[in-house]
Amino acid sequence: MASLAAPSRLTQRERARRAARGGAPRSVPPPLLVPALIAVAFLVLPLIGLLIRAPWGHLGAALSGSDATQALVLSLWTATTATGISLVIGVPLAWVLARTSFPGQRLLRALVTLPLVLPPVVGGVALLLAFGRTGFAGRVLDSWFGLTIPFTPIAVVMAETFVAMPFLIITVEGALRSADQGFEEAAATLGAKRMTVFWRVTLPLVAPSLGAGAVLCWARALGEFGATITFAGSFPGQTETMPIAVYYALENDPDAAIALSLVLLVVSIAVLVSLRDHWLRGGSVA
Amino acid sequence: MTHGGSDGLVVDAEVRRGSFTLAVSLTAAPGQVLGLLGPNGAGKSTLLSAVAGLTPISAGRIALAGQVMDDADSGTFVESAGRPVGFVFQNYRLFPHMTVAENVAFSPRARGLGRQAAQAAARHWMARLRLTDLAGRKPAQLSGGQAQRVALARALAGQPALLLLDEPLSALDAGTRLDVQAELKLHLADFAGPCLLVTHDPIEALVLADQLIVLEGGRIVQEGTPAQIARRPATDYVAKLVGLNLYQGRADGSQVVLSGGGSFVVADHGQHGDVLVAVRPSAILVSTESPQHSSARNTWPAKISGLTLLADRVRLDLEGQPPALADVTPAAVAELSLDPGRQVWLTTKATDLEVYAPGRRQVPSDVRTLPYSHDRT
Repeated sequence: MASLAAPSRLTQRERARRAARGGAPRSVPPPLLVPALIAVAFLVLPLIGLLIRAPWGHLGAALSGSDATQALVLSLWTATTATGISLVIGVPLAWVLARTSFPGQRLLRALVTLPLVLPPVVGGVALLLAFGRTGFAGRVLDSWFGLTIPFTPIAVVMAETFVAMPFLIITVEGALRSADQGFEEAAATLGAKRMTVFWRVTLPLVAPSLGAGAVLCWARALGEFGATITFAGSFPGQTETMPIAVYYALENDPDAAIALSLVLLVVSIAVLVSLRDHWLRGGSVA
Repeated sequence: MTHGGSDGLVVDAEVRRGSFTLAVSLTAAPGQVLGLLGPNGAGKSTLLSAVAGLTPISAGRIALAGQVMDDADSGTFVESAGRPVGFVFQNYRLFPHMTVAENVAFSPRARGLGRQAAQAAARHWMARLRLTDLAGRKPAQLSGGQAQRVALARALAGQPALLLLDEPLSALDAGTRLDVQAELKLHLADFAGPCLLVTHDPIEALVLADQLIVLEGGRIVQEGTPAQIARRPATDYVAKLVGLNLYQGRADGSQVVLSGGGSFVVADHGQHGDVLVAVRPSAILVSTESPQHSSARNTWPAKISGLTLLADRVRLDLEGQPPALADVTPAAVAELSLDPGRQVWLTTKATDLEVYAPGRRQVPSDVRTLPYSHDRT
């Protein structure tokens, strides 16, 4: 038999809130609250540690060390180049995956998204085995064009593209899939050829996702560590990007490492802010 | 296909989509507005889609001005972009990222005009459709009626030889619909090529179309002028649309035995065999006692099963042999206590019964013509 439980107090404000929004009490049951607070602490404490230990007084000096500046410049242009390459070759691939069907398409999509889950260092090893001086592709480049890729800035760009491009591809592919193809049909009946439709209708309609995918791709490229250090090494000024510089600086120049980390943190926050409409609304991811 | 108009649109084609098959044969002459009327799923939009080249046909051919656009047997196919069509889609499909001016200039530009010339063409059509003041707006900032005009301007700006309109007024609210409809009629009158107009609104079809085709289940069940179709509907669907009672029966002179039960005395035009009988709900008199000494030749008992208030009258749903819809005034409902379940007598004059042979041109034999049913679906 059910019986009436002991009453509790419900304030006028809480009554109004429940009436307006409906539903359950707002308080969180302790078995959920405690683990949730631990999770928050775990995620936030390291960032606080970074902020506490930051050499606020001589931040400029710590950053202006020649290695740090070089790393910053290298990281910025390689990440930007990798994003540019991803846009040029990744968007067409996203279109092919979204708009056509052919045998083996599922396999291709799986291969394209593999770098998302693959440990980056494995990607670096794979790149080295393919484009290294003795790799099957690297040998051709070396003997035909005298081009050696590993341990050059080109290798940095390739490693970053390999790891980051899938972020752009899946974002844009998802947008193309969910885009209303009625607009493309309308464009066709208005006399637009297929490439005209692509440039003037398809791309502008997915522009927000294209932007989000590019920002995501750029951020991932900027933070790339494992594939880059494996395939490109860490020559200051040549292939030592920001994350790699942070890693090495931590041993002999901790202040510089922290300052560089702060820079990357600020960049990450900027990326998050620019993606807020796309990602932080909860629910739909691209 | 022999009948008429090699300079117009000639469709003699079949489109198969899963288990649905659309099989139509029609022509539309230049300057003619051919209305395609039919319930949802009849294949009206599929037909437009096939004519526009968005859906290839499975058999037969589609030609415009004697030139083949799609021929399933020879494999000839002109892609959508290569067909001189203007398509006004049901929800307009205006490009949301472009302004009104850019939308209207899209087709001239895509069909090869330079930027300046395309903009000039857009200005011309925007002026004709009273859109000049809206040139800088995005589609999201337009009212329904404005968006409809932009869609029409965008389709016409490409100077199409053929105009396709898919339920052009269905996205509008009732208030603006009449104005837009009147204006659309003027623009359609100015258009020199053939025009196909899809609708499921009989009023729209009657007002806008010169000639009507009724599609049901992928087949043409009736074609004719709007007046012919309104007076002599071939199927239950059309009868319902135009608000007529429709009965199927066998005539023997002035006597028609209805296949759904009951019989009528009609004006004797010497008709024999299968016929359709149509009668307006306002031509059926309702009385609470058996009428004596009336000149009306048809009297039968019925029971009121439902009442629907229309604008100025009440439509009674009546069970009997045969069943019927009858219109009476609200005052009559009150004075005669015409409540559901009430037993009444129905009377109609023989001269109010329109009797005609079924199976007008192109009515396939497998399309059944049912007596008026009383499903409130």
